[in-house]
Amino acid sequence: MPTAQENPPRSLLRWLWEEERVGIPLCVGIAGFLSLSVSGRFLDHLVYSLCIGQLIQFSIEGGRFGAARWLAQRAGQPLNAHRAWPGWAFMAPWIVVCTLGGYWLGMHLGDWLTNNHYAPVLRRGNLGYLLPTAVVTLVASIGTTWFFYAKGKLATAQADAQAAQRLAAENQLRLLQSQLQPHMLFNTLANLRVLIGMDPARAQTMLDQLVGFLRSTLVASRVSEHPLGDEFARLADYLALMQVRMGGRLQTQLALPDELRSVPVPPLLLQPLVENAIQHGLEPKREGGRITVSAEREGGLLRLCVRDTGLGLGERTAPRLAQGTSFGLQQVRQRLATLYGERASLQLRSADDAQGGTQVVVILPLDERAP
Amino acid sequence: MNAPTALVAEDEPLLAQALKAELARAGPELRVVAEAADGEAAVAQALALQPDVCFLDIRMPVLTGLEAAQALAEEWPEGTALPLLVFVTAYDHYAVQAFEAQAVDYVVKPVLASRLAACVQRLQARLAQGRTALDVAAPNLQLMQQLRALLGTALPTPAAPLLEVIQASAGNTVHMVPVAEVLYFEAADKYLRVVTAQREHLIRLSLRELLPQIDERQFWQVHRSLVVRAAAIETAVRDESGKVFLHLRGRPERLVASRLYAHRFKGM
Repeated sequence: MPTAQENPPRSLLRWLWEEERVGIPLCVGIAGFLSLSVSGRFLDHLVYSLCIGQLIQFSIEGGRFGAARWLAQRAGQPLNAHRAWPGWAFMAPWIVVCTLGGYWLGMHLGDWLTNNHYAPVLRRGNLGYLLPTAVVTLVASIGTTWFFYAKGKLATAQADAQAAQRLAAENQLRLLQSQLQPHMLFNTLANLRVLIGMDPARAQTMLDQLVGFLRSTLVASRVSEHPLGDEFARLADYLALMQVRMGGRLQTQLALPDELRSVPVPPLLLQPLVENAIQHGLEPKREGGRITVSAEREGGLLRLCVRDTGLGLGERTAPRLAQGTSFGLQQVRQRLATLYGERASLQLRSADDAQGGTQVVVILPLDERAP
Repeated sequence: MNAPTALVAEDEPLLAQALKAELARAGPELRVVAEAADGEAAVAQALALQPDVCFLDIRMPVLTGLEAAQALAEEWPEGTALPLLVFVTAYDHYAVQAFEAQAVDYVVKPVLASRLAACVQRLQARLAQGRTALDVAAPNLQLMQQLRALLGTALPTPAAPLLEVIQASAGNTVHMVPVAEVLYFEAADKYLRVVTAQREHLIRLSLRELLPQIDERQFWQVHRSLVVRAAAIETAVRDESGKVFLHLRGRPERLVASRLYAHRFKGM
């Protein structure tokens, strides 16, 4: 079947082959069946069967592509190359019309080719000949169309599955990339290098935190959930690294009630939000500020909040020095939508008190397994 | 010659401290006279103390290292040589590529002692040649050209659709100002002045955010805080310091194009 990517001549040949490797054996089979059941020469039957079969096949298939293309154009979408299916409501009557028309025309074409006079049979209503051939033709038409329908459906399903797989792999890679930002890593290593000479004990602590951060980032792309307590521990590692880098410009506060520690959450869900708060809110602000991450239970919901007192949304400028930054927010939204659908939400807004800054609130349904 | 002086601009305190210590080891005669933790402070300190060398971190609050360099080039007093610039970066792929292309000195973090030593040697060689009369008179043409190229390439901005109308609010009224009527934009603190032939408006947008949204063939940047509609410029007069004064059709005021952008105003 033609696909948008292939060059026209090659794809046309390929399409012909796909059609004929079904159509021609079927016609040969029907000719054999009729020569045994209705009598007459096999070769004669073959000529008629091919004439009728080809006419019907190409009118049905032509109609199918034409209608599918027209529908796709009207909907403003590209034609699904694997499928091209306009729906049974169009195809059922179309098959009947094509079968009748193809049958009638094919008989005449066969007469002309073989110099016989079978076509007038159609008018005289010789049921003994008409009925079996017509039924066989109709059954063959429906069967063939069904075959192409099912094949298209399968190919579409396979293509969808492949696309979904590719997307998932791509997302995982982008997640990893976004979390292992070279800029963050090299700056952290530069700080670590200084501490090694200056304060080995602090350097060791910092190295442990870096190891914790790296390990969790790599593990997060493989597990589907971990306890909220772990999530907060990883955030604490990350924030501790950032505190070494930013010194007194960064204050942090993590508030996690004990009863929520074991609630399962998607791993590193909050990480991109915390990174955003630092990168866009606190790092560019001269005097820095405080970041607060908190979790609360609200009825059957879990409310997670990342709030900074840095530059507000209005004061933030476009991402400085190109890094895929808005990807963080988009990626969290996407993850929430895939995991919880309508039941989860994410809201980004300016903090509404005097300290200013920005806050992101994520609401998740609390799992029944949680205490 | 007096001992050469240096400014270190780095927002991460440990790294600033380390760079100072490494510098003391690599070139004891280079004296660090000023430190700054953000781009704006770096510019102010450099203008006040006039060091021979500035080490500028790329990512700093308020102004990036590159923006600080631009501000220095534009505001540096007449008759004195601009400091030699060394950019410091952890991993800014674009920036490093641009530095390579422009042969501007830079070091990457973590700063290796050997790399820094080589850098200091180069700086001392340049300083020992003396800031020649030429260096001072023709205000560092090479550096200007390098900076221009860096500002153009090292800060890729996401492509945005062009603005057609600017919505400027004043009280509870929103003025719809067609971009086609705007003569120039001028950055003023946190605001942007949008000036037409009849009047002016203030909007809360930085020049950095605006630039990708206007047609750069129609609007020329002539100063780090000024973008002018080229077709509205009536005359451009260059003074001996390299600055260019612009007079616009339909406006009484005189605008100043900085040395960095003066090259745009040449006779055909």
